[in-house]
Parts: sequence; structure tokens; C-alpha cells
Amino acid sequence: MGLSVRHLLGIEHLSPSDITSILDLADTYVDLNRQANKHSDVLAGLTQINMFFENSTRTQASFELAGMRLGADVMNLALGASSIKKGETLVDTALTLNAMNPDLLVVRHPHSGAVELLSEKVKCAVLNAGDGRHEHPTQALLDALTIRRAKGRLHRLNVAICGDIAHSRVARSNIFLLNKMESRIRLIAPKTLLPSGIDQFGVEVFDDMNEGLKDVDVVMMLRLQRERMDGAFIPSEREYYHRWGLDAKKLANAKPDAIVMHPGPMNRGVEIDGDIADDVTRSVIQEQVEMGVAVRMAAMHLLADNIREHKQKELMA
Amino acid sequence: MSILLTNARIIDPAKKTDQIGSILIKKTKIKEIIYGGNPDLGAVGDVEIIDCSGKCLAPGIIDIGVKVGEPGERHKESFASAGRAAAAGGVTTMVLRPDTEPAVDNPETLQFIHRRAIEDAGVNVLPMAALTKGRRGQEMAEIGFLQDAGAVAFTDADQVISDNKILGRCLTYAKSLGALVLGHIQEPSLSKGAVVTSGPFATKLGLSGASPMAERIQLERDMALVEMTGVKYHISQITTSVALHVLKRAKKAGLDVTAGTSIHHLTLNELDVEGYRTFFKVKPPLRHEDDRIATAEAVASGLIDIISSMHTPQDEESKRLPFDEAASGAVGLETLLPAAMQLVHAEHMDLPTLWRALSLNPAKLLGLKSGRMKKGAPADLVLFDPDRPFILDRSKLKSKSKNTPFDGRRMQGMVMRTFLAGREIYAAD
Repeated sequence: MGLSVRHLLGIEHLSPSDITSILDLADTYVDLNRQANKHSDVLAGLTQINMFFENSTRTQASFELAGMRLGADVMNLALGASSIKKGETLVDTALTLNAMNPDLLVVRHPHSGAVELLSEKVKCAVLNAGDGRHEHPTQALLDALTIRRAKGRLHRLNVAICGDIAHSRVARSNIFLLNKMESRIRLIAPKTLLPSGIDQFGVEVFDDMNEGLKDVDVVMMLRLQRERMDGAFIPSEREYYHRWGLDAKKLANAKPDAIVMHPGPMNRGVEIDGDIADDVTRSVIQEQVEMGVAVRMAAMHLLADNIREHKQKELMA
Repeated sequence: MSILLTNARIIDPAKKTDQIGSILIKKTKIKEIIYGGNPDLGAVGDVEIIDCSGKCLAPGIIDIGVKVGEPGERHKESFASAGRAAAAGGVTTMVLRPDTEPAVDNPETLQFIHRRAIEDAGVNVLPMAALTKGRRGQEMAEIGFLQDAGAVAFTDADQVISDNKILGRCLTYAKSLGALVLGHIQEPSLSKGAVVTSGPFATKLGLSGASPMAERIQLERDMALVEMTGVKYHISQITTSVALHVLKRAKKAGLDVTAGTSIHHLTLNELDVEGYRTFFKVKPPLRHEDDRIATAEAVASGLIDIISSMHTPQDEESKRLPFDEAASGAVGLETLLPAAMQLVHAEHMDLPTLWRALSLNPAKLLGLKSGRMKKGAPADLVLFDPDRPFILDRSKLKSKSKNTPFDGRRMQGMVMRTFLAGREIYAAD
């Protein structure tokens, strides 16, 4: 089944059936990716451009690999340094690229809403690879796929999201997705790392991590960025680790089979204890990376179906 | 030559009346106001009669805080284009902000503005000047010279003077010269980087928000300094209910304080930003609906004295950017009256009350003779149809910049004619 949207800008715009379609198709790509011959020609002939206005290693690599495995012509543009400094506006950059007739545009940008602005100016399908602190939809989808494969379902699970929620697009996308799929969401963080009005997003908020982790099925840890640790948001790394870092003792509050997730890159000893991150019986952090490629293949596949359908209709008319 | 405007609903904000009558204009002034149906024309002589056919006739709007792009940003708005926009909006007096490039912080720049305004504007122009040099909040501008050159008030516009000692001295000096000071009441450390009001909506969009408390904190500080110095002070925009309490207390304590608000904060709320629409990015940011209602009620009760358009022209280039990076501000000269009519149609206030905020109070604040329906007052008048509906098309605006938040919006209330000193300067097609 196709998607109800032309672009993948955020989870907010997706229906539960869109999410299910992407996850179902992604499951088949997990199988493909585990074979020796990983090649498919679903995107053959299509051009995929990855535009990253903000540095990224894992997301960009994941999108690039996903496109290549599906047979697309993939081009990477690292724009952090060049065009912004030359004073070219985002819209001009978009129009320039649009003239090269790409089919899929993968965009990461440091400002919230920038990917949506860009999508209004181009003819191709746009995938949001993270915009400011707004959304990071493929991360939420890969997290959902990881959870669904581990727990067999998404509904009626207790999911705790812990850490720097205020500055996290991953948290926002996950909150939207888990709400749409009827999970129960708990947020655990000091109040300085919670965005204002978050209690109105269908979540339960906890200051105390032991209390918040009680009987949860899933523990999602978020990365604490270095620049937040300088005393403005939390007093120190060591105090943060003591109160909100995930260690064995705090994790013991969760269900015995609870899984531990992290979008990476991790700060071991700040938000998560190294031993837990590496404990294959609890941590699914490596699996999340694997699911990332599959979910991106599925999302691009479904958007490409929409493109082809649209082109077909244009031809008929 | 005289003009007789007959059969008009005359809006008198001073007497708080809205009655059918006629107005006789002789040369530049209102010669006579005759209430009732048929005026006796016996002794009038040579007169052009205009039948207003029951439409409203009110004093021309005095808009405090208009930005024109001269000097520095003429590609965004010139005196000529701003003047045409004002005339089409029933604004007969523009009181200019000094946040130009360079800032209006010396008498020479002020003289340039006077000259350009006389050449091109076609409406009354009263300039304000910067309170500190370059609006940098460090050294006082030449307030005395600027006053002599015609500055009607002093303000650093949206730059807040954060050093209390410097602001205290500026206010003390202004007091000794009897100068009026306007303040922007957004606490800078809380407002830094904020592009919307904080809350669930800001969180959903992932945009940096400032708490409404930023407005209250700055107002509390400014009121303390006003109490200390005794200066005549006008809050250029008050937009939140938490700050309105502070204003009420200050007025009750007898401080020489008045307050304004913008038409955008009276008619729009934060949710209008949905979809990262940068035409709704203004300073201070749009507020919660509760604050909008509280602000409208404060205008109705008289706690807020003045409504302004806060006309801020921005070209497409500076708005067609990610929300964080886009320029702030909206044009408003042409839409002020129709947008303000929303407050009347929604029964927040009647027409005389609205015109108290649009013309009478601004005139009182600046010591002008205009702004009222009175024999001998300048014949600066606007004739408008309070009920006529239309859909705003931004491409038809007379401003050079088209950055209006009301594009495509259904509005009710249209300017039919504008008179400046007895001369018609605008007539609707």
C-alpha cells in the first residue's frame, strides 16, 4: 500500500497505516540486507541526493547505503561549509538542485521547519533526515521497527524516553509515533531538559528515574550534547550520571525483559553505563543501526511508488 | 472652497458618540459639525457636497511606530510607498521608528527624514529618534538637539537597554528636557534567540520560545526606573496578561505611563505560525489566545491606550528563509483599520472606543491637535464602510513590501476616502 504523503517530513503527518506500511516493508528489507546479494532494482533509474547542512556520519551513511542497495544513483552533498557561507539561501540551493531533476532529496538542516520550506520549492520527494529540534522521522521509524521486532507489537507497551528531550528531534518524532501506535510514553529528565508544555503531548513526566522506569518494556536513552553539560542545563556530568544515567541498578526497576535503546552516538558514563550498552541481552543499540538501513529503504521505496504513480497519471493526462 | 460631508456616521472618540451628521471642512480645518439629517446650508456659500450615505467618518489614524526604509532600506519601503499605503489605510499621521540604517540618532539624519517626508510622503510624518547612539544602549543620543529638530519621542525601538545605570541616566536626562520615551519590554536574556512564545505549540514545531514572563520582568524593571526618574514613558507594545497586571499597578500608582499594543497581537495568535509561516513572525512573537483576548479587553477598558500597526516592511528575500533565520515584522498601514474592525465585529468594543486607541490617545500622547472630531481641529479624516467585506490580496498592497499576515483573509471594514488637512488623498476604486 502506498503512503498518504508525498514527502516524509515528519511523523506528525503520517497515519498509523502509513507507519505500518513502512515497517512491514522494512521487515522484508531486513531479510534482504542479511543475504549475501543485497541488491534490488526498486529505485533503478532514480536519482537520490543527500543534502546535509549539518554534520552527520551514521544517518548519511545509512541513507546512502539504502539508496545504493535499491539501485538508485546516489549523490552526497555536504553543504555545511560551502553554500551557506557563500550567502546562497536555502531556497536558491533547492531551486538549483531541483533543476537537476532529482527524484529523492534527503535533507538534514540545523533549523526547524527548513526541510518543510525546501519541500515546497521542489518537484521531487523530500525525506527529512532531521531538522533542528523539530523531527527526525526515520529515526522514530527505525526505533519502532526495533521495538516491534523485539516485543512483537507497538501498542500497549510502556516506553520510557530519558534525557535531553528539550533539544531532541528524536524525542519529538518518537512521541508522535508511539502515541499514534498507542504505546504509553513516559519522559524522564530534569526539568531543565524538558521543553515547555510537553505534558500536553500525551505523556507522563517523571523527575525521578527509578520511579519512571518502574515496569517499562522499553528504555530509550537520548544523547546529552557536550554543550549542555557546562552548567547551564545541568550542574555537571557526574551529577547527571548519578541521577539520570542508565546503570544496572536503575534498570532493575524495568521489566526483566526490557530492552535498552540509544540513537547514538553514545556518551558512555554520562547518559548510559558502558556495560549496559554492550550487554547483548538488554541492549538493541546495534540492531537499531541495522533497522535504520531497512526503514530508509522502505520509506524511499514507498515514496518512489508515489512518484511513479504520479508520473503515470501525468502521462495519461 | 469648502467641503460638506453629509449623511455620515460621525465617530467622536472624545465624546464617545456615534451619530449621523455632517461635517463642514473649510480649508484645512473642521469648520462645523452638525448632527442630524439635513444641515442648513444657508450661510455656507461655495461648497462641494459629498454624500457619505451612512458610512462612518472618523478622525484619521495616528500610527505610532511605523518603519519606513529610509534611510538604508529603500528597496523595502520608501516614503512615497509608505505614504500611499498610509493614505489607503486611513492613516493620516505616521510616527516613525528610528531603527533605520543608520539609526536616527543625530539631528542631521532627522533633517534628512523631514526633507524626504515633505517631498514624498503625502501624509503627516512625525519622526522619533534613538535614545542612545546607534541604538547600542551605551551613550545617550543628543536628545536636546533632536528635540529641537522635531523628534517627538525617543526610543531604541526593539533594542533593550540592559544596563540599568545607563537607562536610568537616559530617563533622568529625558525627564529634565520633558521628552517622551518609548520602551520595548522584552527581557533580553530570556528573549535571546526566541522566535515564538514558549509552550506546547513552540515545542511541537521545535522552535525556541520565550516565556511571557520575559515581558513582565522587563516591564517591572522599566516601571521601577520610571518611578525613580518621573519620566513620561510609553510602552510601545504590551501583549501578555502577566504584564497587564504590572501596567495596571503602575497606572494606579500614578506613574506617567501609557501603553500601546499592535494590531497583530490583537487579531492573531501563536497558532497562526503553523507550517512555519514567516509572515507571522513578529516582535514580540504572537501570543496564546488567552493573552490576545486579555489584550483586546485591556484596549476596551482603556488600560491599553493605543493600537499601532507596527508597520515593518520586509522583502521576500528576508522572509523566504527557515523560521529561525527569517526577518521579523509585518506591514500594517493598509490593514490596520480593517483588522481593527474585527474587534468591533467581535464585540470587544464600539467604534468610539476603537478610535480612542487609534487617534485620540496617540494625539494626546504627542500633544497634537488632530485625532478628534472638533471644531478647529485639522480636517484629517477617514471615511469607511464598517461592514463591507473583502478578501485581502497582498499583491494589491501599496507598500513596496508585501509581508502581510492577512493575505487571503476575509476582512470586514473598508476605507472609502481619506482626507488630509481638508484635501482628499485617497478614494477607493
